[in-house]
Amino acid sequence: MAQATFRIWRGEGDRAGFQDYTAETFEGMVVLDAIHQIQAEQANDLAVRWNCKAGKCGSCSAEINGRPRLMCMTRLNQLDLGEPVTVEPMRAFPHIRDLVADVSWNFRVKKQIRKFKPRPADAADGTWRMVQKDADRVQEFRKCIECYLCQDVCHVLREHRLHEEFIGPRFLIYAAALEMHPLDVENRVQDLRDRHGIGCCNITKCCTYVCPESITITDNGIIPLKERVVDRFFDPLSRLFRIFS
Amino acid sequence: MAQYETHEHDVIVIGAGGAGLRAAIEAAAGSVSVGLITKSLLGKAHTVMAEGGVAAALANVDERDNWRVHFADTMRGGQYLNNWRMAELHAKEAPDRVKELEAWGALFDRTSDGRILQRQFGGHRYPRLAHVGDRTGLEMIRTLQDHGIHQSIEVYMEHTVIRLLKDGGRIAGALAYERERGRFKLFRARAVVLATGGIGRAYKITSNSWEYTGDGHALAYDAGALLIDMEFVQFHPTGMVWPPSVRGILVTEGVRGEGGVLRNKHGKRFMFDDIPENYRAQTAASEEEGWRYTQGDRDARRPPELLTRDHVARCIMREVREGRGSPHGGVFLDIAWIRERLPNAAEHIKRKLPSMYHQFKQLGDIDITKEPMEVGPTTHYMMGGIRVDGDTQMSDVPGLFAAGECGAGLHGANRLGGNSLSDLLVFGKRAGEHAASYAKQARPAQADAGEIEQAIHDALAPFERGGAEGPYQVQQQLEETMQDLVGIVRREHEMVEALARIEDYKRRARQCSVCGHREYNNGWHTALDLSSLLTVAEAITRSALERKESRGAQFRDEYPAKDDRYGGFNVGVRKSAAGSMHIERLPLPPLRDDLKQIIEEMK
Repeated sequence: MAQATFRIWRGEGDRAGFQDYTAETFEGMVVLDAIHQIQAEQANDLAVRWNCKAGKCGSCSAEINGRPRLMCMTRLNQLDLGEPVTVEPMRAFPHIRDLVADVSWNFRVKKQIRKFKPRPADAADGTWRMVQKDADRVQEFRKCIECYLCQDVCHVLREHRLHEEFIGPRFLIYAAALEMHPLDVENRVQDLRDRHGIGCCNITKCCTYVCPESITITDNGIIPLKERVVDRFFDPLSRLFRIFS
Repeated sequence: MAQYETHEHDVIVIGAGGAGLRAAIEAAAGSVSVGLITKSLLGKAHTVMAEGGVAAALANVDERDNWRVHFADTMRGGQYLNNWRMAELHAKEAPDRVKELEAWGALFDRTSDGRILQRQFGGHRYPRLAHVGDRTGLEMIRTLQDHGIHQSIEVYMEHTVIRLLKDGGRIAGALAYERERGRFKLFRARAVVLATGGIGRAYKITSNSWEYTGDGHALAYDAGALLIDMEFVQFHPTGMVWPPSVRGILVTEGVRGEGGVLRNKHGKRFMFDDIPENYRAQTAASEEEGWRYTQGDRDARRPPELLTRDHVARCIMREVREGRGSPHGGVFLDIAWIRERLPNAAEHIKRKLPSMYHQFKQLGDIDITKEPMEVGPTTHYMMGGIRVDGDTQMSDVPGLFAAGECGAGLHGANRLGGNSLSDLLVFGKRAGEHAASYAKQARPAQADAGEIEQAIHDALAPFERGGAEGPYQVQQQLEETMQDLVGIVRREHEMVEALARIEDYKRRARQCSVCGHREYNNGWHTALDLSSLLTVAEAITRSALERKESRGAQFRDEYPAKDDRYGGFNVGVRKSAAGSMHIERLPLPPLRDDLKQIIEEMK
């Protein structure tokens, strides 16, 4: 049976580093299968987060050969098995142990974004009417599985560590989904500029490239939000209009 | 003295999938202090995996639908072992629960006049499932999560509850450990809602995530609550079978709802060969009629591929067993064929079934718009669980409530697709509401310090043992035993053998050891989950042995027919004073006359 080497980040704090393990490979195998095999047979205490193993929950995010990916959706036949496959935790967040990172910052950020606020119901029975086309635009963003790979790859968070100033691509998409929701009447534009740091994003599109749900994060989400901010605060005509109206 | 932190709430909810989140939201609305404990991160629970939709008689697509039809469909699907009060409340309240989600931001697919679109699903007479493509569960859990985080609910992520604590007969709280640091925490509460989901990890081939280890079932059982219907494990007919890495991953029933058909290796649509008598009047007489049904023709009847899940799963097993299966031991599910009928079929499939397209393309190198999928049964859902009062969701233990998959009653012997998402909304809300009002009137309860001490001692024991065997091997063997001996087709002698093996696994689980320390140690977590899995496996096997007939999800090889003598009771499981598992028969309460009449009318 064929084998492959996995170079896995083990340990915590300054007592952490790569350790090599060998796993037997089989057809259709994904990286998470290898991690499970190693955990069951060689390293019972290997820390890894996973839930569905079907690309739907976004728990098993990691950096595989340096690239942010879901372990359950990365097939070995996409990788060069002649070299050890490196598997590391997401680096944009504090490390806990082995492959597990502390992603709690994301949960705190989400709470700061103003919640959904619908317009009054359209019909007497308390329901609304929407056309599918309007729903489609937002449904793209609502495909997000909150794996935080986009946060992990974003240089504003990863290199510049501006976690206090910038909410990151995941939450810009969350804000976009709310702002473009056909029923929503809340205004988040000022917050996006003042509290959420939308200006920090300089549209390198790395987030879009790593999104396992293929959400066009920058083009369909962040850029339209930036346009709203510009229209609101920097368009001279509309500023004049607001002053005199 | 063991070290632990103490947290105090009026109500704690254990589990943060759809049912737990809905319960926590409702309890918080009752102005009590609410703690929500979840084994994984918020928003990752198994609800995200639900694909097809949420069943509610909104009558947006077919105005003939109403709660009575939904009620009758649910009872028929459950072979009349259902808790009829729950089936009634569920059918009546599901529409409001779905509309409420829209008010909280959910975006369902739309009809041409802008209302919530509904799709066909197995066992439902009319198009009834509100949906978002094939990712309805994600939409639901995200909506509940995003609403819930603004409702003053204290969320404890990555915490596992290991014991429920009682004060005399009633509930006093729960003891948990924090996965990240391995610290113990005492949650004092006057009411506890269990919403821990299912038991799928007891089987090798499963669509369930790692969390589904039957914790709620086992916690309630250990606390003295009664479990019922544990013999009824739903095997979803269509899971992926190839490659091995993805075996068991769900292929939504929505594929068949959109016109997908099942064929054997000779290309024959075998489902037409075996249509049960009680569904014959509702089933299409020809392939042509079946196709028209999937395209919304109201005068057509549904194709046999959309018969109940237990039946379809058994027909697939029969084809495989009799040598007519696909190369990897399944059958073919073909949606690509609709290109003969529809222009732009490939685009249509990608729009209606985006995650299925993605899943097969990425994990199986298969383009479902061009070629058939290979599918076979996979462990999917637990009908059995904690017996609750239909109105309040309270168990036999005062102050202990249950909702969603870990509760029992709504689905009887077999669940209809789409009825679990509505279940968790309707009964999550009811459990939260009644837990809050119970907590308000209950006196403070005191957990026993000695019991806490003992539970912590037991939980840490795997570190002390230094035995040769770890927990993973025991778990894997248990999964194989349940798969092979207590699966879709059950035989007396095999189940007796399974019980003997389970006894052996219990002994080994008590001796297994873990290495490393308490911080985020998956080996330790597995050792603790194992005890829940073993309880659940034993309960399933003993209940299956007790029911010597085939009904709903249970198929007994020696007793292939339904037997009226078994139609009047649920099988119950309780822990005896001596600690052994006790099986009893619980007669069904007589059906209310007006509900009986509905069932007669809809036959």
